[in-house]
Amino acid sequence: MLPSLRTPVLVLAAALLAAGCGGSPRDDQPVDAALRVGMVFDIGGKGDRSFNDSAYRGLMRAEEEFGIHAVEFEPGQDSDREQGLRKLAERGFDLVIGVGFLFKEAIRSVAADYPDVHFALVDERITGLPNVASLVFREEEGAFLVGALAALQSRTGVIGFVGGMKVPLIERFAAGYRAGAVAVRPDITIHVAYAGVTPAAFADPVKGKELALSQIGRGADVIFHASGTTGNGVIEAARDKGVFAIGVDSNQNFMAPGHMLTSMVKRVDNAVYDTIRSLVQGDFRGGVHEFGLAEDGVGYVVDEHNADLLTPAMRAAADSLAAEIVAGRVVVPRQ
Amino acid sequence: MIGLLLGTLRTATPLLFAALGGMFSERGGVVNIALEGILLVGAFAAAAAAYYSGSPWLGVAAAVVAGVGLAALHALVSLRFRVDQIVSGVALNMLALGATEFLMWIFFGSGSNSPRLGSPGLPATAGRLLVELPPLTLLALLAVPASSWLLFRSRFGLRLRAVGEHPEAADSLGLPVHRLQFYGVLLSGALAGAGGAFLSLNAHYFVKNMSAGRGFIALAALIFGKWRPGGILGATLLFGFAESLQGHLDLPWLPVRFMQLLPYLLTMVALVGVIGRCRGPAAVGRLFVKD
Repeated sequence: MLPSLRTPVLVLAAALLAAGCGGSPRDDQPVDAALRVGMVFDIGGKGDRSFNDSAYRGLMRAEEEFGIHAVEFEPGQDSDREQGLRKLAERGFDLVIGVGFLFKEAIRSVAADYPDVHFALVDERITGLPNVASLVFREEEGAFLVGALAALQSRTGVIGFVGGMKVPLIERFAAGYRAGAVAVRPDITIHVAYAGVTPAAFADPVKGKELALSQIGRGADVIFHASGTTGNGVIEAARDKGVFAIGVDSNQNFMAPGHMLTSMVKRVDNAVYDTIRSLVQGDFRGGVHEFGLAEDGVGYVVDEHNADLLTPAMRAAADSLAAEIVAGRVVVPRQ
Repeated sequence: MIGLLLGTLRTATPLLFAALGGMFSERGGVVNIALEGILLVGAFAAAAAAYYSGSPWLGVAAAVVAGVGLAALHALVSLRFRVDQIVSGVALNMLALGATEFLMWIFFGSGSNSPRLGSPGLPATAGRLLVELPPLTLLALLAVPASSWLLFRSRFGLRLRAVGEHPEAADSLGLPVHRLQFYGVLLSGALAGAGGAFLSLNAHYFVKNMSAGRGFIALAALIFGKWRPGGILGATLLFGFAESLQGHLDLPWLPVRFMQLLPYLLTMVALVGVIGRCRGPAAVGRLFVKD
């Protein structure tokens, strides 16, 4: 089930309002002076069961283990993104996390104004600011593995990919997926579709379902999505039509057991958790932190929902490809 | 090919519901640009009711009720309190966006996403085709002849049209102008609400701002369809076709951006070039004030 309503945005909104009205910003400082960490979510938002929820799990784990004071914020519209970051920085938060590539410019400008506040940015690179840690992933490596699994699973020889917004980040998933599929089955056919060209393309399950149904209609029997909650529609299409979907970012196998071949996880949770831990331990490092297969930053999931779907041969093939990538013998294209 | 046809029908469903709704409102002389907000509120109400009751059909009922509620507000504000109909519609659209986001926190613990929802289904014996042709799509198609009958063959329809064309004349014949307009607006709420239910229940999730401009496309379809059920059906199918074409074409050289503007491009072309002169109800948007 969904995480309970623990620190609703309303609380933050009220706090922001109070701060904005000249109330002492220190009033709400926890008595034990615990580290204060703010997280601002991407399009798709909390409860997306994918990208944002992965980041949120990292935050919750850190809260549990280190007793930090965690606050979350969902921007209502584009302009709220920078404002949310700025308000948190202004209130003297120790670490402010922007979840998603859309935060790049906002964090760059806010971090320059608040050199004493630490920032973390997921999915984009900012250099030259010592108080900003950029957490980036080699998505193509994980996508390569699920591409291979999809191609091995497919009976029709046709597989699909549904992306959210058409940007280099998402095209990286597509490139890895294609390369992985072709590596194990050179004659494979791959349908590729993107839900749109604006951030809203990451939150359109209606469109996701239609795109997936059209790919299934043209023979695809395994579809990988990298599209936030748009992918919920992809998964529903796979369930309705009795084919397979592959989840992304979080482990989404539970969303349609029997119809989820696997999920390509991107361990944003670990990256967020490690960043908070480094701050707790006093060794926060700015700059780019990159996570790929070698760092366990990406991978595919086997759990109780799909253990019966992936044959030992399929898993062996994927694992040996993974070893090749880690050893540098296979280089996965990024576009 | 059959896939494209089914995709067209599904994509057209919320537009068809909303545009038919808009037709009843405008035929009575009331502009209803709150269709966008009604779709959104309908989608949310369907999600909340379906989730907590476990019954998708109850979700549909809740969407209709919520749609009627928001439409009633529009009618009240614009007819009773004489606020400009466009202004009222804009305000209600914004209210719908803010209210659904706020209520999502209360109902679902997230301002962006609902948990998974059930979909209204027919008995399993209904067959394979119906997996891809949801009951609400069939209902929308049935609503076309039903609306046609109601508007052109029933006494209510005749009176509603009279009010929309010439409220003073209708009034002089003793017709309750505002009451008829009120009913027209409520009907638009019920239909657009059902369109909203299709959005969230068929996708199995409600997400923030799910209507995503469909209410405005429905308004365009209403004009394009010349305020007639048959024309509206054709117009919404054209939109549905243009929108679902993307998934069925595999032309990597064709930019996604172009595919996305295709429905709108088609509208412009159709509005300017194909359908010719088009005239709405004479008194649409003009408030009737009884001396």
